[in-house]
Amino acid sequence: MLDKKLLRLTNKGIYCEQADVYFDPWRPVDKAIISHAHADHARKGMKHYLCHDHSAKIINHRLGKSNIETLPYGKSTSINGVKFSFHPAGHVIGSAQIRVEYKGEVWVFTGDYKTEKDFITPSFESVKCHHLITESTFGLPVYQWEEEVILADQINNWWKKNVAEGFNSVIYGYSLGKAQRILSVLDSSIGPIYSHTAINHINELVKSNGYQLPETKPIAGANKADIKNAIIVCPPAMREPAWMRKVKPYRTAMCSGWMAVRGAKRRRNVDKGFVMSDHADWKGLNEAIEASGAENIYVTHGYSTIFAQWLSEKGLNAQPLKTEYEGETNDSNTDE
Amino acid sequence: MKRFAQLIDQIDQTTKSNDRIKYIVDFLHDVNDEDKLWFVALFSGKRPKGIIKTSLIKEWIVEITNLPEWLFEQSYHVVGDLAETIALLAPDQPKKGVNQDTLSKIIFELNTLKDKGENAKKQFVKNFWLTHSKAENFVFNKLITGGFRIGVSQKTVVKALGKFLDKEDNTISHRLMGNWNPKEVSFYDLLVSEDANDDNSRPYPFYLSYALEGKIEDLGDPSDWQAEKKWDGIRGQIIKRDDELFVWSRGEELVTDKFPEFNELKENLPNGVVLDGEIIGWKNNAPLPFHNLQTRIGRKTVSKKHLEDVPIRLIAYDLLEFNNKDIRQQSTKERRNLLEDLVKTNASDTLLLSDALEFNHWDELKDIRLRARELYCEGLMLKKKYAPYGVGRKKGDWWKWKVDPLTIDAVLIYAMRGHGRRSNLYTDYTFAVWDNEELVTFAKAYSGLTDQEFKEVDRFIKKNTVDRYGPVRSVKAELVFEIAFEGIAKSGRHKSGIAVRFPRMSRWRKDKKAEEANTIEDLHQLLNVYGG
Repeated sequence: MLDKKLLRLTNKGIYCEQADVYFDPWRPVDKAIISHAHADHARKGMKHYLCHDHSAKIINHRLGKSNIETLPYGKSTSINGVKFSFHPAGHVIGSAQIRVEYKGEVWVFTGDYKTEKDFITPSFESVKCHHLITESTFGLPVYQWEEEVILADQINNWWKKNVAEGFNSVIYGYSLGKAQRILSVLDSSIGPIYSHTAINHINELVKSNGYQLPETKPIAGANKADIKNAIIVCPPAMREPAWMRKVKPYRTAMCSGWMAVRGAKRRRNVDKGFVMSDHADWKGLNEAIEASGAENIYVTHGYSTIFAQWLSEKGLNAQPLKTEYEGETNDSNTDE
Repeated sequence: MKRFAQLIDQIDQTTKSNDRIKYIVDFLHDVNDEDKLWFVALFSGKRPKGIIKTSLIKEWIVEITNLPEWLFEQSYHVVGDLAETIALLAPDQPKKGVNQDTLSKIIFELNTLKDKGENAKKQFVKNFWLTHSKAENFVFNKLITGGFRIGVSQKTVVKALGKFLDKEDNTISHRLMGNWNPKEVSFYDLLVSEDANDDNSRPYPFYLSYALEGKIEDLGDPSDWQAEKKWDGIRGQIIKRDDELFVWSRGEELVTDKFPEFNELKENLPNGVVLDGEIIGWKNNAPLPFHNLQTRIGRKTVSKKHLEDVPIRLIAYDLLEFNNKDIRQQSTKERRNLLEDLVKTNASDTLLLSDALEFNHWDELKDIRLRARELYCEGLMLKKKYAPYGVGRKKGDWWKWKVDPLTIDAVLIYAMRGHGRRSNLYTDYTFAVWDNEELVTFAKAYSGLTDQEFKEVDRFIKKNTVDRYGPVRSVKAELVFEIAFEGIAKSGRHKSGIAVRFPRMSRWRKDKKAEEANTIEDLHQLLNVYGG
């Protein structure tokens, strides 16, 4: 597919032969450039990692102490004549699009990205390029997101209504990204905010990088009697964990782009679904691709075949690319 | 419409049935009687039908959104629900206060569209889409496309109505039975008025059984129980009142015209009688296999050939009304005595009695159950002798004890996405058996696996797709499942020339390789033994 080109697909990941580096590889390699710290992009076993400043601590926390070099947004580094730089992807804190330049040819590997602004994640910045490797997690026109202020209202109103009816509110979001975003929209005058241990760990790391988050109490040591009118932010779990017993009575909500479709919400068996995603929606994907000015588009994880066909019909040179990234997993029971 | 859309939204936002009942009661308090009536009608399967062709609706949404048709179809396959797909795609622009029309007004307008031209219909539908919110569009689309099924069981609706009207659930259930027409009846007459001007055709709610759990001995003393064969036909109710005869199927469909054989019961049965039983194909003093009956009931009109090939009978097993009196509160034993007398004194070729089996020990029943297929039945029914006739599916007084299904190990070779809560997951599979070197299909199945297993299979399918034909993926022949089914017959529907009844996945045979699956010869052998 991408053979003989500056970047090409191998069984270990997307590879730049000239610099001998891989992008978010799924098998152990010597040198990996990492777009962000989610588990399907930052994997164990690389001899050397290059990532954005704000991903480093999280990768160390998750994968154990690793050999990591960091770079801020907009600064570049060269390897064997190939210039690499990071640019905000708006996906989660520390997420970056990776720009690659060699002899005047520019490639961008988006990793995961979101074009809609939120209250905490550095906003997506469009990068001009000739070749764009884009994700397509929500590459169907049925996926259209609301603005963050509207989502914030929806979530706070749900919480308020639960308080009025005597329920606690349990809200699910992945511990890196969604959890911080949920916290950033909560109106702490409604009631106390609790969070799960996995989220607290990430929160501490995020705060140490200078981000502001509201105070939360750990749900782990809390007393049943104290948990009133509360909202509890926690990673999604397939089964009800033991601590949820002390939160009763409660209502549950899931924050995910998949919640746009009723069937997905019913499958999760939550009371409420908030359509909150860390990925670009249909409009966002199309706008990002247009803004990049790229003529060659390689579509990775998501509805890659469908989305590539759509782009081809619009006159772009687009093709699907089979990677092992998972995007926003639909039914994940792990924390990513 | 706004209030109704809000209700549907609220119902969607909770998994607790008490919440749902509360939301419905609030809704009933808020809206006028016409809206109440239409709400009840919609949730009783009485949607205004055949007003706009689905193909046209698809055409219009493609036109409005400017999307290629294939992309619309792909979106539909992922969402798994046409009404929802259109609501998600239609530009969302709620013009505040523009449209305050009630549910019944919109249904009225839809009904007036029926005889109008395509342009008028298009105008109306497009205008609706462009002036309503996503939530309202979703409900509206549900009205004009497929069935109106939205996460609320009729049981929930009955409970909410019972609460709202302060009446017994059973009374409400009974009032909602039959062929009342929301265009002709009022909410008051249907549900509120004490002396319901009863419609002669109104059937009783069917009492439904659960499958026996655990051991038969757990039922206690055998002498407390009545046992019958479990017949393999369709459940039906025959009503004779005021010299009229009505035949109802379990799906609350009036099917009198499909079974002209029962006409003679109009003469033979006394007035004020309601029989519960099994409608079954019958020839040479024995039941015909179910698929024979199926070919007959699938047709709009019954031909002479049908009448000759598949003559039908009612095998009566219960009596619900006698001498114009509802006798459902009497015990099974008392009703049984009345039924036996009735059948004996009103001889008719089309009316048979479902015999009570003689037994003193559970072991005798076990033997009969093992021979069920030879005895042309699908197992046994157990009914408590001193229990009244219930309403709906309830545990305790009636149990079905079915024979173990037939099974075949087959290879999964095609997959499609599911609907509803399984949308976007590949959960509808086609299975094949070996015909020498080739795999030939014989069954489709979409149930029997746990959510976890479905997820695993879905992942396998996405990673092992060989080819795509529209929504269908052909999959690497690797996974083997045990397919359980109730009957087997020749059929042109599948490549193997064989079709099976109620196929489902009874086990994922992770221990078996594709080559070890069963063969077409194995299917033929089952066909010879059990086929009709």
